[in-house]
Amino acid sequence: MLRYIASRLLIAAAMVLLATLIIFLIANTVPGDPVLTQLGDVAANNPAIVEAYRHKWGLDLPMWDRYWIFLQGLTHGDLGLSISSQRPVIEDIAQYAPATIELSTVAFLLSLLLGLPLGVLAAMKRDSWIDHVARFISLTGVSAPTFWLAFIMLAVFYGWLGWAPGPGQIGSDQFPPPEVTGFMLIDAPLAGQWDTFWDAIAHLVLPSIVLASSTMGLITRTTRAAMLEALSQDYIRVARAKGLLRRVIMLHHALPNALLPVVTLGGLAYAQLLTGTVLTETIFSWPGLGRYTFQSAVILDFPAIMGITLVVAIVYVIVNLVVDVSYAMLDPRVMRR
Amino acid sequence: MTPPASEFAMTDVAATALAASTTGAAAGRRKRWLRRYLLPALGGGVIIAWALAALLAPFLSPYAPDTVNVAGRLAEPDFAHWLGTDELGRDVLTRIIYGARTSLAVGFTVVLIGGAAGTLVGAVAAFTRGWTEEILMRATDLMFCFPPIILAMAIAAALGIGTRNTVIAMLVVWWPKFARLARSLVLGQRSLEYVAAARTIGFSPTHILFRQILPNAVGPLVVLITLDLGNAILVFAGLSFLGLGVIPPTPEWGSMVSEGRELVSQWWVATFPGLAILTVVIGFNFVGDGLRDWLDPHARRR
Repeated sequence: MLRYIASRLLIAAAMVLLATLIIFLIANTVPGDPVLTQLGDVAANNPAIVEAYRHKWGLDLPMWDRYWIFLQGLTHGDLGLSISSQRPVIEDIAQYAPATIELSTVAFLLSLLLGLPLGVLAAMKRDSWIDHVARFISLTGVSAPTFWLAFIMLAVFYGWLGWAPGPGQIGSDQFPPPEVTGFMLIDAPLAGQWDTFWDAIAHLVLPSIVLASSTMGLITRTTRAAMLEALSQDYIRVARAKGLLRRVIMLHHALPNALLPVVTLGGLAYAQLLTGTVLTETIFSWPGLGRYTFQSAVILDFPAIMGITLVVAIVYVIVNLVVDVSYAMLDPRVMRR
Repeated sequence: MTPPASEFAMTDVAATALAASTTGAAAGRRKRWLRRYLLPALGGGVIIAWALAALLAPFLSPYAPDTVNVAGRLAEPDFAHWLGTDELGRDVLTRIIYGARTSLAVGFTVVLIGGAAGTLVGAVAAFTRGWTEEILMRATDLMFCFPPIILAMAIAAALGIGTRNTVIAMLVVWWPKFARLARSLVLGQRSLEYVAAARTIGFSPTHILFRQILPNAVGPLVVLITLDLGNAILVFAGLSFLGLGVIPPTPEWGSMVSEGRELVSQWWVATFPGLAILTVVIGFNFVGDGLRDWLDPHARRR
């Protein structure tokens, strides 16, 4: 098992390196000129300023030298300076990541909590109205554009009904707690700011529902399909012949076996949530990685984009590894193979 | 001797009972059939309606999509403007109808070209095995390290804004899932007897791959293409919403939602374009989901 994990990690590290190389190549072969985007028209027309700017950010060096510098920095955890924030990219990422992790974790739990039971029910009552309602809900969830759903949610529950707070992580009347972990939901209670804590929870409701909608649909569909597959197996017929309760058959015989594909999908869905928050964060002014990514991409802040790509690739690799390991734990047959 | 009347009555009753039960079964079957195909049929109808709207756009609306009318800006929905007007006084319904052209064209372009490229990569990888497969599939794995929207965003931002560049950016991230699916499908087919038979007859490898194997493996690919059309439309609308898609004033649903996102009391500006996206994407998902159920032997057994 350990050897398996080690070899997987080695391959993963090679993949992550290749991923940075690809992003680097894209960054250096596309026609867009970051200098023009970042300096503005007046300064960009002055050759001396442009020259100084290029020199300062190393843009006058040959391409491979710059990649070599990036790799050298990487060996001691340095991802270079973000052009827009003038800070080390790694600091930017460390600052924005907790908000994104908080939001996507809540959204993931929400979609599991709703999607799993709905999928199991749909499979148990196949072709009944429950199945069709579940199909309708999950397909609508997958199909709704995130940015539009966010607009509707904000317009109805914040603008019209006033039930939910507006965009942002906490209200403007709240002071952010002193930073310990960076996670609002941990730092606020640590500082004894329970008002801030509940305010942060209230601010999480709308964005996490919006973010959860499509993941919930996917989980419902996958759970249903996996349950149906499990129910068609011989051991279910045996269990029926033994006269076991239908409930016992469903929950103790079929469900554990149906969970395997759901774990695979769940892992990937979580990784996608973590990285797919761009639209949700932009609309809800959520101070997370998604908004940071968007802002960096628009002004062609390539050190920042490369840093994010690296982090994202690492997240994907780790999630895949966790999925494989939990697979082996859920299904003893995987280990024996 | 005539049989007793009761016997007649009995056979009569039996006959009517039999007839009743068969019509009952037929009605039940029809009901189940209707339930199972209602959503896919609905989805198909929605897609056809949007395709027609896109084709016939100039005949459907008395307005042009980009006529600015500042005096009539932000008009509520009424009989002159069924879905109201936007900040520049342009008719929202007209812009939605014209927007269908962009969305459908982009969706089909991305999925058909990306799907064809991915299928080619996966099929060739599975058919040749060895080093070619190793290289092709590792490249595919590599693309999976990037979340599509972030890579597409970076590429679109770098190439410059515009529909063509956004489509190129989407194509770069679109093919890998087709490559994986096509590889597993071709791997499943290539050990079957008909492939060996085709080899014995002396067909060329290209002929076997493209004329024999791929047509047999096309079902799941068609399902993925259908489901993916909705997905591509969603991603493009998302990029447009962020300002990385079409160049204004081209009517496009994502950018229309973006233009109306601050106008909460003029809700119609952002709400209706979003509904348009929702209906088209739901349409493709209903059809794709129905196709998948229909092709899945497990699901059809009952």
